[in-house]
Amino acid sequence: MAFLIDSDTLRRGKRNLTNFTKKNREDNVKNNKIRLIAGLVLAFFGASAALADSIKIGLITTLSTGGGYLGQDVRDGFLLAIKEEGGKLGGTAVEVLVEDDGRKPETGRAIAERFLERDGVEIMTGIIFSNISPVVAPLTLRADRFYVTPNSAPSQFAGKKCHENYFAVAWQNDSLHESAGLNATSQGYKNAYILAPNYQAGKDALAGFKRFFDGEIVGEVYTKLGQTDYAAEIAKIRAAKPEMVFQFLPGGMGINFAKQYDQAGMNDEVPLVLASPSTDINILRAVGASMVGISSSSHWNHDLDNAANKKFVSGFEAAYDRSPTVYASQGYDTAKLIASALAATGGKVLEDMDGFRAAMKAADFDSVRGPFKFNNNNHPIQNWYSRVVVERDGQFVNEITGTIVENHGDAYASQCSM
Amino acid sequence: MAQLYFEQLLNGIQLGMFLFLVSAGLTLIFGFMNVINLAHGSLFMIGAYAIALFHGVTNSFLLALILSLPLVALCAWIIEVVIISRLYTRDHLDQVLATFALILFINEGTTILFGRTPMFLDVPPLLSGTISLFGVVSYPLYRVAIIGAGLAVAIFLWIIIAKTRLGMQIRAGTTNRETVEQLGVNISKLNTIIFVVGAMFAGFAGALAGPLTSVEVGMGENLLILCFVCIVIGGIGSIRGALLGAIIVGVVDTMGRAFVPDLLVKFLDPTYASGISAGLSSMSIYLLMVVVLVVKPTGLFPIIRS
Repeated sequence: MAFLIDSDTLRRGKRNLTNFTKKNREDNVKNNKIRLIAGLVLAFFGASAALADSIKIGLITTLSTGGGYLGQDVRDGFLLAIKEEGGKLGGTAVEVLVEDDGRKPETGRAIAERFLERDGVEIMTGIIFSNISPVVAPLTLRADRFYVTPNSAPSQFAGKKCHENYFAVAWQNDSLHESAGLNATSQGYKNAYILAPNYQAGKDALAGFKRFFDGEIVGEVYTKLGQTDYAAEIAKIRAAKPEMVFQFLPGGMGINFAKQYDQAGMNDEVPLVLASPSTDINILRAVGASMVGISSSSHWNHDLDNAANKKFVSGFEAAYDRSPTVYASQGYDTAKLIASALAATGGKVLEDMDGFRAAMKAADFDSVRGPFKFNNNNHPIQNWYSRVVVERDGQFVNEITGTIVENHGDAYASQCSM
Repeated sequence: MAQLYFEQLLNGIQLGMFLFLVSAGLTLIFGFMNVINLAHGSLFMIGAYAIALFHGVTNSFLLALILSLPLVALCAWIIEVVIISRLYTRDHLDQVLATFALILFINEGTTILFGRTPMFLDVPPLLSGTISLFGVVSYPLYRVAIIGAGLAVAIFLWIIIAKTRLGMQIRAGTTNRETVEQLGVNISKLNTIIFVVGAMFAGFAGALAGPLTSVEVGMGENLLILCFVCIVIGGIGSIRGALLGAIIVGVVDTMGRAFVPDLLVKFLDPTYASGISAGLSSMSIYLLMVVVLVVKPTGLFPIIRS
């Protein structure tokens, strides 16, 4: 009954509405006057010209869900580089629009469309997960803007669908796992048991590992995506008695696996050789002592000895009061790369697309990972390092033990026609 | 090989115990109050967060476990009084809508309180490491403890249901609610008791799961689907059914994951076999449910209703 409105209320409502519109109109007139004055003042001092010159960068990333800390670190690394220059990149004022995609492709698409059509974003970046990049990257490229990925780099954009305006700063997805395969081979393991979740990135991971692992694969298992208990798989590994285990179980899945693997007393029996996402500093903090001794491969580590990296690590710790993850380094490098290109073109992106593209490709910046250049397919050629988890002053950290491979590209570059 | 079968059987039973702890409350609430409570998994999650929270404060697993149970009970009591008690006379669609909204509400609330980053607990030192069972397998001690805890709860529930006045009222109420009400039993009080006790079992399971898996938002929802399968197989409203259903589902799920791939590799190309077997093994319990429902449509231990 509450939904029925008597005529009296209706009349009152109408009157309120009329008053409201009238008031609004008056406000608008007032607002327009203020805007006009402000505009004149700004034009007089030339401030509006500076505002129009700021380059808009769209940062679509994953800030929520279990993978949210990846996006947070990419964002914080990116913003740190801007903060260092006092709001600028390469001498040009930039405005960064940050949105959370919630690891959902449809959300990513909606944000990307808004960024491109309404906000006039010139450079798109930030994407973490490989279920979102195949949606956002083509949208951006079709709109003739630049796409610079700090993390996700699925195979299609490295091979046949490579694009002159698409730049992958961190790695090509497969090379994370290729480096683990190389690492396992160089450590002399003769056979391995490998497992990953049953989805595309999981299959790519195992394929990548096998591409450079010279030993025999004694077991290849695909688990359910989002699985939390790995008792059955661990029992099978124990029975199979392999020399080592490689797993790519991103985020919470990997943490659960690592804990249960240790609880089952398996760390002493069969060592784990992992890719860098499985041993990032957040995971080490969560799992703790049970990960000591696990080896992994990465293109970056906090103890890499170069000036850019030292400045980054201390700057990040000072700004955010926590240790940077590899994702933070990738966000920082992405911003530094964009800065180098903006410096080369004098702040022009879409007005001088050829110039900006060439400057990006030249990659004339000091990467925190050391040597860095782009391959023909705009994906990195870089070194991969082996690491081991150790305890230092009550903290669990990765320490570099050596270089696995120098100037490693990716498997898809030959399929790219650029 | 026998050793591996035995270890996987233990894994299956241990998963079954988790499922039983959550299913017990679910089946009581469904059987007695005729309420489909989708938010039961949220109580599992609350239990896990509670122990993580108290463990941070007290640094003792046992103390945290003891403290977290009243907290879960308090949450459950609030949920029952504010929301669930209004759903008893409504149809199932309203119940599903309201309890689904509860999931969203509790998940978002937990995110606001604890953030998105999962929390982690260590196995208590007393229960860490492995134990040699019958000299054949070395099995994590903590998982043995979970099996023990599950069995203890099963016995405790059996005593309550079979031997006490409360249990008699519950059994009678499940069969014929109106008659019990006419006989002067305070049904609304009984509703609250059953809901809170059922929630505490789910919370207990959540607390036990803390050291095994990451404590994160939405951790109860995956488990809840399996629990519905358990109570449908076991017969809705039956504790005995929930126990048997949970152990069957736990063992079938584990065995499916463990041995279907090895079986398929014998017939198929390995690259195809791994993909197909992953799908098949996650389907196994649903296939089982289909078979049970064809043979016994009301489940293995149906409750006779008037």
